[in-house]
Amino acid sequence: MSAALEGSPALPVPAAAPSQATGYWTSVWRRLRRDPVAMGAAIVLLLFVLAAILAPYIAPADPYRSSMLRRLRPIGTAGYPLGTDELGRDMLSRLIFGARYSLLMGITPVALAFGIGGTIGIVAGFAGGRVNTAMMRTIDIFYAFPSVLLAVALSGALGAGFGNALLSLTIVFIPPIARIAESVTTQVRSRDYVEAARASGAGALTLLRVHVLGNVLGPIFVYSTSLISVSMILASGLSFLGLGVRPPEPEWGLMLNTLRTAIYVQPWVAALPGLMIFIVSISFNLLSDGLRSAMDVKQ
Amino acid sequence: MSDALVEVRDLKVTFMGGARPVRAVDGVDLTLARGEVMALIGESGSGKSVTLRQLMRLNPERKTHVEGSIRVAGEDVMGLSSARLTHYRGAEAAMIFQEPLLALDPVYTVGAQITEAIRRHERVSKADARARALALFERVRIPSPERRLDAYPHEMSGGMRQRAMIALALACRPKLLLADEPTTALDATVQIQILLLLRELQRDLGLSIVFVTHDLGAAVEVADRIAVMYAGRIVEEGTARDLIRTPRHPYTIGLLKSRAHGALSKGSRLEAIPGSPPDLANLPPGCAFAPRCPLAADACRAAAPPALDVGPGHRARCIRTEDAAGLLMTQAA
Repeated sequence: MSAALEGSPALPVPAAAPSQATGYWTSVWRRLRRDPVAMGAAIVLLLFVLAAILAPYIAPADPYRSSMLRRLRPIGTAGYPLGTDELGRDMLSRLIFGARYSLLMGITPVALAFGIGGTIGIVAGFAGGRVNTAMMRTIDIFYAFPSVLLAVALSGALGAGFGNALLSLTIVFIPPIARIAESVTTQVRSRDYVEAARASGAGALTLLRVHVLGNVLGPIFVYSTSLISVSMILASGLSFLGLGVRPPEPEWGLMLNTLRTAIYVQPWVAALPGLMIFIVSISFNLLSDGLRSAMDVKQ
Repeated sequence: MSDALVEVRDLKVTFMGGARPVRAVDGVDLTLARGEVMALIGESGSGKSVTLRQLMRLNPERKTHVEGSIRVAGEDVMGLSSARLTHYRGAEAAMIFQEPLLALDPVYTVGAQITEAIRRHERVSKADARARALALFERVRIPSPERRLDAYPHEMSGGMRQRAMIALALACRPKLLLADEPTTALDATVQIQILLLLRELQRDLGLSIVFVTHDLGAAVEVADRIAVMYAGRIVEEGTARDLIRTPRHPYTIGLLKSRAHGALSKGSRLEAIPGSPPDLANLPPGCAFAPRCPLAADACRAAAPPALDVGPGHRARCIRTEDAAGLLMTQAA
């Protein structure tokens, strides 16, 4: 799970990125729509998001109500379509409610890190010279730790809990995003169009706001979306280790952990939370891939 | 001279970034009258682009040491405050670049970029700025200009992009246009069109143009005067006609002879200048061209030759201009 984090992909500097010019997002959407894989992933994610939002209405049972009499029923039991867990709670309901945690844990830290890390990287890249060195070497200290280890260490130090897990994941994602932002900004800064804008009298702020931001946000955004799945998996890992969400909350990673003991009794039920994590994270990755090629205007 | 728009005196530009300082421009004097077109020619690393960029103060100031003076329209460019400098860039002097695809921002339409440039310098409404952009597009003869304003750079052809780039440069009605190899990245047929367009705009708008090229043909096409640069110095300067007909510096003669022109018959060898350009961080003490010069004498290697008048408005940095004239004769025969 850390491979995606440490091996920053070589991002092509932009053919295009968000801009105020009308028509850009329309054309990105048009290209995205023609990509069946990305659209499939988007539909899957949309279903999960809907399930998370509508959980109280669509879940067939109370995800917290346990019953010692109905423990570990197999998939397909009447009244429990996906079986029950080791405390007799309805698996389907717990998986539906679990989507709330997983999506939140996937998106929130990455969104926060996109804001913070992106700002750090863009400022460092645009300033260049010593400012760049000072900022990026500091970031590198965090970067030196494997992401899993850093997340575990931070969560351990901050104490278990949902909020602390979010915070530690945010800290984990700031360095890689800052790095990408810095390298993309450094590339854009030396482009002829920035020089041309300077030659037509643009001040540093205009250069940064119009020409650098316009060209840099797209690649940083695409890279960040690819981290959502990593974040989800790390969050599940933290919960699995008892450092994230606490029982009895129906978080997928945590469910995977508690069902571990039942793996010889009901292997299929025990595997369900893992399957959910797999489906959602791969959907995020596929959508992010599709977005990357859709945002490349030069095609 | 009151009609001089650009006056450069003893310009020296040294880059401090590397292990050893590199003097890219070594004592350049330039005078450009209003409405005059000057071509700076020379091979890669001769300092022509650096000179041009210094006219805009575009060389990275932290890493560059600049001596000498640059005056444009009576203003001391090197002494401009940053507020005056942003006005100067764009409204007094503007620049067009070699590769328009790289010099236009890919994420904005060309219309948006021109409008932005106009509104940066003048308080006009968006609609007025767009109307001016449209007029500029017509001026540089972009077909269906209304539609092209909303095109992204990658949606245009190379020639059209360069026209858009010229429109962008002219957006704030500069007096001085600097062109850094404006036709190098274009097809041969498009090159001529762009050169003719530049010439026409210069005449109609009374622009002064300094343009850098390594293409002698292009220089002759549009320039009133030509300055030949070698190793950071202007080695010969004169009217386009004088320079082509009666070149006096052995380097200029070498350049002229190394052109593949129409008279070159099949099977005949193309004359080349032997050797390669000198290392700017480690220049020979005398004339920088001496190691490659067929006429080099001991005196050439001892001290850098001064600029000597060899005709009206025609100067060469060579002490053997008399023999150089003969060099051209013998080769022509």
